[in-house]
Amino acid sequence: MEEVKIGVYVCHCGTNIAGTVDVEEVAKYAEILPHVVVSRHYPYTCSDPGQDLIKNDIKELGINRVVVASCSPRLHEKTFQGALREAGLNPYLFQMANIREHCSWLHEPGPELTEKAKRMVKAAVNRVAHHQPLEIRAVPIFPATLVVGGGITGMQAALEIANSNHMVYIVEREPSIGGHMAQFDKTFPTLDCAACILTPKMTEVARHPFIRILPYSEVDEISGFVGNFRVKIRRKPRYVDEGKCIGCLVCQEKCPWTALSEFDAGTSKRKAIYTPFAQAVPNIPVIDAEHCAYFLKGKCRACEKFCDADAINFEQSELIFELDVGNIILATGFDTFDASAIPQYGYGHYPNVFTSLEFERLCSPTGPTEGHIMLADGRQPDSVAIVHCVGSRDKNYHEYCSRVCCMHALKYSHLIKEKTGADVYQMYIDMRCFGKGYEEFYDRIQDEGVNFIRGKVAKVTDEAISEEEKGKLIVLVEDTLLGNMLRVPVDMVILCVALEPRKDAGEVARLFHLGRSADGFFLERHPKLDPAATMSEGILIAGCCQGPKDIPDSVAQASAAAARALAMIARGKIEVPAITASIDETKCSGCKICNHLCPYEAIFFDDEAKVSRVNQVLCQGCGVCAAACPSGAITHNYFTAAEITAEIEGVLA
Amino acid sequence: MSFEPKIVGFLCNWCSYAGADLAGTSRMQYSPNVRIIRVMCTGRVNPLFVLKALSLGADGVLVSGCHPGDCHYIKGNLSARRRFVGMKPFLEAMGIEPERVRLEWIGASEGAKFVEAVNSFVQTIKELGPSPLDGRHNCSGAQIC
Repeated sequence: MEEVKIGVYVCHCGTNIAGTVDVEEVAKYAEILPHVVVSRHYPYTCSDPGQDLIKNDIKELGINRVVVASCSPRLHEKTFQGALREAGLNPYLFQMANIREHCSWLHEPGPELTEKAKRMVKAAVNRVAHHQPLEIRAVPIFPATLVVGGGITGMQAALEIANSNHMVYIVEREPSIGGHMAQFDKTFPTLDCAACILTPKMTEVARHPFIRILPYSEVDEISGFVGNFRVKIRRKPRYVDEGKCIGCLVCQEKCPWTALSEFDAGTSKRKAIYTPFAQAVPNIPVIDAEHCAYFLKGKCRACEKFCDADAINFEQSELIFELDVGNIILATGFDTFDASAIPQYGYGHYPNVFTSLEFERLCSPTGPTEGHIMLADGRQPDSVAIVHCVGSRDKNYHEYCSRVCCMHALKYSHLIKEKTGADVYQMYIDMRCFGKGYEEFYDRIQDEGVNFIRGKVAKVTDEAISEEEKGKLIVLVEDTLLGNMLRVPVDMVILCVALEPRKDAGEVARLFHLGRSADGFFLERHPKLDPAATMSEGILIAGCCQGPKDIPDSVAQASAAAARALAMIARGKIEVPAITASIDETKCSGCKICNHLCPYEAIFFDDEAKVSRVNQVLCQGCGVCAAACPSGAITHNYFTAAEITAEIEGVLA
Repeated sequence: MSFEPKIVGFLCNWCSYAGADLAGTSRMQYSPNVRIIRVMCTGRVNPLFVLKALSLGADGVLVSGCHPGDCHYIKGNLSARRRFVGMKPFLEAMGIEPERVRLEWIGASEGAKFVEAVNSFVQTIKELGPSPLDGRHNCSGAQIC
């Protein structure tokens, strides 16, 4: 057997590691460890010159095992394995010591950090000496893609992929696709109408031969791995036969029961059987069992009586089915902040305090007022205050900036001026008009005679102290440019509410094995260089589920996620880790304990030889069998008992 | 000098190791006593690894994986749980406080939970004192290494 020669590379990661860990000392310490031939430290080991360092040592010094002490193997294990491979070394003769995420970033600076890093390097050196070359396997992938969420982001991603003639499934939990964008009136800064650019896209998605929309459905379970996911979808009962319904909507007209319309953000009523909006895709109604007289009281069935197509089916039940997909793109969007959490703004108390989403509906020609901006009593407002940063940039609620509010506030100013000529007051902290054409839009609105007051609103009240204030809502705000406290009497107040993670973002993150950043949004693989990928291979994110963003950015990220998925689809296969189990037949007693433990039924019993064998194609490499084998006959490659024991000895040295 | 326990943590690659990474990326602070060993699944953790760690001087062993139902390998964590239950009386018979071995379920998005788990475990072990198996602390306890 050839002599083990180990090369150790301690990464500074700029100052991320070197700022708190004495990397020089760690590298020096590694020099004297058994089998170590060379030990170096380098500012950025993952960079090209850093990798070249490793490759040169493999060629020049003949090292045949490599330890890199840097970041998490979940981030750069593949990078370094690639370098080994390019230098002609098997990529499994490699081990990482995670001295960044698990050391330098975690503790108060002090000598213990360097000591901990040394132990971690020793563990890796100990372990890598036992590593053996493993054979790399390639497996075919499922070419279909699952997109979760049918808003503008999900649709864009789906179209990009489907246009390459590969199948895409869109799962949408609501009865129709369209998402938040369908609720908007105009879009900034061009003021083109949201429906005019969205609805053609919805139709394109619906008609696309390579897209299948799964509306009113949710993902229940996911199993498998990158390229080979099996997803369990649960379709909720619509109580309307999609095959029979012709979309005449007579049922909706005849239904006597109502509930608040989710689509109109609660500003209007809808029926118990309804389509969320007139341009819904698919244009098939759904019965809301929580508000339907028949489900609540056992009587009514008016919809059934009037349906000529005989499409109503009260017996419909949940449908659960499975899909095989190679990639999953999450585009689950956002929820808006509940403005009643800030009681001093009077939302829910004063009828003329609206949220931004409610105002979108008031402005929209398809909304409850057919686009007429009016107060709760039907009058047109003479003055409107627009309050920025409601729940955003506020340590009590969300620290982050929601990024779209300044711009939609400007849009509202324009629409109010155009439709009512009312006085408009913008109460802002900072105007953030960062996108293409945004600053110009801001200039334009300033020229339209809108009043800008720099200051955070303290309170909205109806307690008048002068004749002028009677019957008005008074906005209390400090003008921080003039240093004055102001009382601004207005007829209407619009609260620009924060964009926040979906209420169930935590459960979704668990289902798809995603991380979430401190703000609660899904965590991308790298904040700058890999914003559409996640730490779970094959699971991509796009749009507001990753963080607040406007439509152009959401669409761009959707295309980026689609490009990622397409790259894998084009390759047609992926290399899977060679980490599998194998059985030493001379040690196997034939007890079959492992046969029943294997979650993939990858272990079978050879009746002739009276031993168990592993099907290497089915084996996913969890190692459960190896831990259970009473004879020690099963080797879990890359995680052998010898390797793990060596690592234990190292960390405790 | 105050007692600084040595703790070995076996974390599954998919959930808990990712959760520990998240704690790092979020710059959360926790006690440096825990030394992490990555396994693909908690189901891989042979009880002998736990005993090995204890016999080599670990004062506590943390095993952490995906929440039941979330296992990347469907049900590996359930095997870990069964082994863990079986191991407790054995530890007691060996004269090792069973509290020195802890099983946790920590998901990839639960960086804060990981920090909490480590800090609370370190506290427990500090209260228990040095492991009876560890000769370094001049304890007259049994030696199995």
